[in-house]
Amino acid sequence: MTDLATPPQEHTHVPLKHPRLPSSAPLLAAGIAVAASAIVGMTLGWGVAGIGALAIVLHLAGITLWSRAVENARAATDRLVTSLVWVALLVALIPLVSLIWKVITEGANALNGRFLTWSMRNVIGEPGGIYHAIIGTLLITLAAAVISVPVGLLSAIYLVEYGGQSRLAAWIRFLVDVMTGIPSIVAGLFAYALFSIIFGPGTQMGLGGGVALSLLMIPIVVRSAEEMLKLVPADLREASYALGVPKWRTIIKVVLPTAMAGIITGVTLAIARVIGETAPLLIICGSTDSVNFDVFHGQMASLPVFIYSSYTQPGSNPEILKSMAWGAALVLIIIVMALNLFARLAGKFFAPKRGR
Amino acid sequence: MAKSIDISDLSIYYGDFLAVEGVSMTIPARSVTALIGPSGCGKSTFLRTLNRMHEVIPGARVEGKIVIDGQSLYDPTVDPVEVRRMVGMVFQRPNPFPTMSIYENVLAGLRLNNKKLSKRDADAVVEKALRGANLWNEVKDRLDRPGMGLSGGQQQRLCIARAIAVEPQVLLMDEPCSALDPISTSAIEDLIHELKTDYTIVIVTHNMQQAARVSEDTGFFNLAGAGKPGRLIEFNPTKKIFSVPDEDATEAYISGRFG
Repeated sequence: MTDLATPPQEHTHVPLKHPRLPSSAPLLAAGIAVAASAIVGMTLGWGVAGIGALAIVLHLAGITLWSRAVENARAATDRLVTSLVWVALLVALIPLVSLIWKVITEGANALNGRFLTWSMRNVIGEPGGIYHAIIGTLLITLAAAVISVPVGLLSAIYLVEYGGQSRLAAWIRFLVDVMTGIPSIVAGLFAYALFSIIFGPGTQMGLGGGVALSLLMIPIVVRSAEEMLKLVPADLREASYALGVPKWRTIIKVVLPTAMAGIITGVTLAIARVIGETAPLLIICGSTDSVNFDVFHGQMASLPVFIYSSYTQPGSNPEILKSMAWGAALVLIIIVMALNLFARLAGKFFAPKRGR
Repeated sequence: MAKSIDISDLSIYYGDFLAVEGVSMTIPARSVTALIGPSGCGKSTFLRTLNRMHEVIPGARVEGKIVIDGQSLYDPTVDPVEVRRMVGMVFQRPNPFPTMSIYENVLAGLRLNNKKLSKRDADAVVEKALRGANLWNEVKDRLDRPGMGLSGGQQQRLCIARAIAVEPQVLLMDEPCSALDPISTSAIEDLIHELKTDYTIVIVTHNMQQAARVSEDTGFFNLAGAGKPGRLIEFNPTKKIFSVPDEDATEAYISGRFG
């Protein structure tokens, strides 16, 4: 008698354990790749760039093949892509780090008390200072911020709270996007032409620089503030309306405080973006060796313009002025970094509290 | 100070779309009125017309009449801001102001309207509102902590405290318990029982047991069909609705048999 019932099917054993490379494998592979390419490169007399490129190729090939041999195809692909991501990160960091390194090594020697507190007035043949340029940069940027922040913030409030999907709002958004792309030299020419019409031909003053920079700054402020205001939940507006609070007061007391952290960050980043502008200031603010505290009269120095003119017109002592230009560049970078730091702190301080 | 609300032949539109059609009812003062019905039948829309909150949505408008205390809400001379001060609202999701402490959240309605309060008066208002919302004992030692740090049920009671701190005459609640656990729900239902001695309360709920527990009167909304406007099917005392409703549709909905 034959048994017609099919025997119960045996499930194949699925192993969950696979051989794995040790966790130090990527580092090990990278070290071997660098060492190998260094030996090859030195014997053939290559430069650092050639050795680095060969090391990258060796590492990518090595870790992938090693993983393929020990692990499996999926793990090998994973190793390859992970290594590519790391390589991309390192390549992206090279210019940033080398730029900062170069500015610090060249500029640090110039930094001292005299450099920060003297102007270049009547300084001939000896190191002077950049006090006039620091004051100029701070005042011009302050003027730009004073013009841009109210205009930009109020535009953003209109776009989010009142404009909505209306045609006017769509047009404003479009024009703001166009403004984002204005070349800075055009903003400088515009300010120069404007002040020539109002105050007579050839007028140069710090306020003009503020106007030119604000043209570049307003679109950034509008866009970042708009994004931040959009993030405020509609629930909060409704809660406020339901308490009988008028719309304008809801915006001032509920919407703006909730978005304040992001708005301050956006404004600070916009300032950091325009503080290094050279071209417009060259046209509308001119250049001077003296300290000028009055944004309404006379030429005004600024750090970028000082760096530019020290390099292009070094006069009789090019070495001194070139080292001063590097020092001014370092000061400018420090100011921008301080602004970014301030933006982060302000963002933390104003962020809505969620803690228990 | 509680007021009854007379609604006659109210139709609500979003642009050209008729959302709710021909509602007439009288909501009695100092009692709880529940609105039930399937999703999308216009209960919340209707509720929001009672303090003109639906106008926040662009294109929304109403036809018909709502009269509170002898004043028509939709008279052209009526300021919606004044209406909302008289008719408070609690929303489905707790929405305390994230930038404010518990203390400031309770006072938000007064502070945001620029009312000058002495410290002692402000303290008194906060304590009264928080006691009214059954929250005082839980938060009295941490009034300066952020309102967002409370649990969901506590946040919702904070929102109720915020709504009653401005002393409205009517309190609208749009599914106030739908995001809460049973214990918080029970706390809020107890609160509704206490509040009805002072306020006229209208509550939208999907929970029919809740409607049966807390309300004196119940209105049943339903859609006439897909794409058709919602309408009020039946408005009767809660006891009658849940035992011998006049309409077959009401009985079908309450007993779980739809259509």
